[in-house]
Amino acid sequence: MIRSSKDFWTGLIYIFFGASAILIARDYGMGTGGKMGPAYFPTVLGGLLAVVGTIAVIRSFIVPGTPIGAFAFKGLVLVCTPVLLFGIIVRGAGLAVALPLLVVISASASVRFHWRATLIMAAGLTIFCVLVFLKGLGIPLPVLGPWFGG
Amino acid sequence: MELMGHLLLGLQTAATPVNLFYCFIGVFLGTAIGVLPGLGPTATIAMLLPVTFVLPPVTALIMLAGIYYGSQYGGSTTSILVNLPGEAASVVTTLDGHQMAKQGRAGAALAASAIGSFFAGTVATFLIAGFGPPLASVALKFGPAEFFSLMVLGLVASVVLAQGSLLHAIGMVVLGLLLGLIGTDVNSGAQRFTFGVYELADGIGFVTVAMGMFGLGEIIRNLENEAERSVMITKVTGLWPTREDFKRMVAPILRGTAIGSALGILPGSGSILGSFAAYSIEKKISKNRAEFGKGAIEGVAAPESANNAGAQTSFIPLLTLGIPSNPVSALMVGAMIIHGIQPGPSVIHEQPALFWGMIVSMWIGNLILVVLNYPLIGMWVRMIRIPYQYLYPGILVFCAIGVFSLKNTEFDIYFMALFGVIGYVFSKLGCEPAPMLLAFILGPLMEEYLRRAMLLSRGDPWVFVQRPISATLLAVAGLAMCSVLIPAFSKTREEAFVEGSG
Repeated sequence: MIRSSKDFWTGLIYIFFGASAILIARDYGMGTGGKMGPAYFPTVLGGLLAVVGTIAVIRSFIVPGTPIGAFAFKGLVLVCTPVLLFGIIVRGAGLAVALPLLVVISASASVRFHWRATLIMAAGLTIFCVLVFLKGLGIPLPVLGPWFGG
Repeated sequence: MELMGHLLLGLQTAATPVNLFYCFIGVFLGTAIGVLPGLGPTATIAMLLPVTFVLPPVTALIMLAGIYYGSQYGGSTTSILVNLPGEAASVVTTLDGHQMAKQGRAGAALAASAIGSFFAGTVATFLIAGFGPPLASVALKFGPAEFFSLMVLGLVASVVLAQGSLLHAIGMVVLGLLLGLIGTDVNSGAQRFTFGVYELADGIGFVTVAMGMFGLGEIIRNLENEAERSVMITKVTGLWPTREDFKRMVAPILRGTAIGSALGILPGSGSILGSFAAYSIEKKISKNRAEFGKGAIEGVAAPESANNAGAQTSFIPLLTLGIPSNPVSALMVGAMIIHGIQPGPSVIHEQPALFWGMIVSMWIGNLILVVLNYPLIGMWVRMIRIPYQYLYPGILVFCAIGVFSLKNTEFDIYFMALFGVIGYVFSKLGCEPAPMLLAFILGPLMEEYLRRAMLLSRGDPWVFVQRPISATLLAVAGLAMCSVLIPAFSKTREEAFVEGSG
């Protein structure tokens, strides 16, 4: 029986990353202790991480722990996806399109989401960012991208 | 007096109109963003870092340091007024600070925090000026083995001081070290863990990781219990503390400064430990201990002084050894590297103007804070009132544009989103992100020092215990690790954190 799901899942994640590091590092030269190759340090760390993960998994069957709280999937998705989307479309569509989209989608994650206020805020932020970041600091992003004839 | 000469050089550097201006801008922006509920110094600095890239190195670092104090100070203001601490270090301030505010003594609490911080900042400035140079000359004698052991000590300290499970924190450190290795190996030119992605050849940017884990991760966490999150701000009244308040403040400020300064120097701790320790000590020895938790001014003055003293003395290991001791100084290291300065013991000799300019600017920054805070308190209060549902989409926008501007590539935006998910998942599993970020920036350095040490010793790992300084550092690290396993200490450790979150 798993008595501490926090320990169990953390352990599995650590084992996964540790083992992957060791496996991937096999393609690089190991070298020797006195002349370490690129694989040496990652392999040692990967091993260490796998050991820590294994201890955590073993401990999860012995020592009881606090349960993992509910995942806020809505928040997670509505915060990270619009950021990804912003990155994907910002060059093509331009800041004046990507930025309001980011604001509106992410704002909808809130329980106090309100259309009108959000749109006003999106407009204000867009004007501010175009003036400060694009015109002021000269960040190479278009206001309107090639998709919209910019 | 050599020290006076150095400070004079620093004053000449820091007090030029341009540097003063950017110091002011840094403190102002830092405070403005720091007062926003739920945004700590790490996220604030990560967000504002790109703004400093257009400036010359000295000016940029002066501005960054200003952002740091500003955000920390802004965080305290928020803790007192709305009971929503932006970061761990100001958690203890809410205990008594918010109680005072509820009783209509918000002004006195803010003053205690301001005076305490300023005094602590002044003392810490002299400590850095006094201890920095001798420590740097000791550090110049350090070989790769010593540096490696010092980093081990720093990482162990960050593990010991992390909240929650020790085992999880160790794992986070190792994972952070591994993630730091992604990219081109400096020695062989081999591409490690890049999966053929061209953008990964330079590795993942530390700002990207910090913004993802501290910025995005924090937003997702805040949205979780948004319904319960109400910004009920207390009115700021009684702006001036009474004579009685002043009397009660003096001793806690002195003690808080001493505790904070001492603990801030330890690698891996920064300001968090100091404020916790100062509060619990004050609670034990104060005449008015019965009032603690119900609005004792001592309970604000002591941790706030310790907090600021620690924040500043944590620059000692950073500037003299080049070793960051917390996520904030890790960001400073990153900023210095971007500006072409390799932080370490040689900075003090090779770039005296930069070193002393930064130190004096810290003091000026603290002065600006006090001067700025009082007349602008009304404005900060209005900023705190911005409802969270309008705040976080704006933060996301600034993070996304900021992270893009680092290298002008969309890839960093993708990675930021990815680290937002990782940060959230790990926080759900009870793994703190701070040790990981510290390890992330130390990863490549540690490998390099390990490699050199082992090369010099011809592959003999005993070199780390044969050299006395290195052996001492490792012994201290070992002791620190063992101390957590001693039941009495680990109980105190847990209690300190429970007190903070309770």
